Amino acid sequence: MNETVILTPEERAARKRRNLWIGLSVGGFMLLVFFITMAKFKAGVP
Amino acid sequence: MVDVGITEAQRPATAADYLALLKPRVMSLVVFTGLVGYVAAPGPGDLVLGFAAILAIAVAAGASGALNMWFDADIDAIMTRTRLRPIPSGRVAREEALMLGLTLSALSVVTMQLAAGPLAAGLLAFTIFFYAVVYTMWLKRSTPQNIVIGGLAGALPPAIAWAAKTGAVSLDAWLLVAIIFVWTPPHFWALSLLQKDDYAAASVPMLPVTHGAKATRTHIFAYSLLLAPLGLAPAFTGLSGIVYTIVAALGGAFFLFLAWRVLSSRAGEGQASEDKHARALFGFSILYLFVLFAALLLERGLA
Repeated sequence: MNETVILTPEERAARKRRNLWIGLSVGGFMLLVFFITMAKFKAGVP
Repeated sequence: MVDVGITEAQRPATAADYLALLKPRVMSLVVFTGLVGYVAAPGPGDLVLGFAAILAIAVAAGASGALNMWFDADIDAIMTRTRLRPIPSGRVAREEALMLGLTLSALSVVTMQLAAGPLAAGLLAFTIFFYAVVYTMWLKRSTPQNIVIGGLAGALPPAIAWAAKTGAVSLDAWLLVAIIFVWTPPHFWALSLLQKDDYAAASVPMLPVTHGAKATRTHIFAYSLLLAPLGLAPAFTGLSGIVYTIVAALGGAFFLFLAWRVLSSRAGEGQASEDKHARALFGFSILYLFVLFAALLLERGLA
């Protein structure tokens, strides 16, 4: 049997918003690691 | 095919629901005390690394909050203060809170390790473990000393931030930890006097439930007697200056006065006219800690 969950428009919109926040959080973390690395280089820490 | 409909009570979770899992009000207090620890620690520091360290502390506090809500969903569903939280209200599944808590715990410790090194990262990991496992899973349901011992988790952020900046934790950092640690019992017991019935219904062994209101009022006063002089200690180690000393002396004296009023009242015995003394102490305790640390932030920040 092949069951598929059909999301309501409200659920789909909520999922999209959640995904956006997850994406922004991951992007923010990547930026943070980048800036930490730069700060470490600047301070001369290997 | 399965059509999954939703009712009003089960509206889809929003980002705000996941944010609520992180207990943002607790996060803000932890960020503040952590920031004071970072600024008060000796040395120039680094803006980016300092920001990353404070962010890691904030995210770790949020992770601890999510793990707490995952484990305490049964208690939260009973208590008036917590029954509208995302899990008991059915908007977020328990497993989601668990995974969010674990993911953010790992990310916060990794970030701290990258930004500040092993001591700060180790202390941060210990704090999450202490709050989520020692306090939430063990102490909270088993002893009226739950918030006394568990308070260590909320007290550690200044030491973590200190370690993040200097790579070590000095006596002054432990003094800041001790102030928050001793401040926690009178703060929470004043609140628990007001919510005694809620805690009893949820079978949480808070002091007013297990030993009664009178014993709680005595304990509140005893801890306040410790807190007032302890708040002055940074003045004697050279950590703080005259502004802090005045704030600590006046604030400590007023804290003691309010605790004495609670001691000589019948707060927690079901009379609104008597409960107001516990409410006054609870409200002032927040102001006391905030102003005390703000004075230190001001003095050390300008130094």
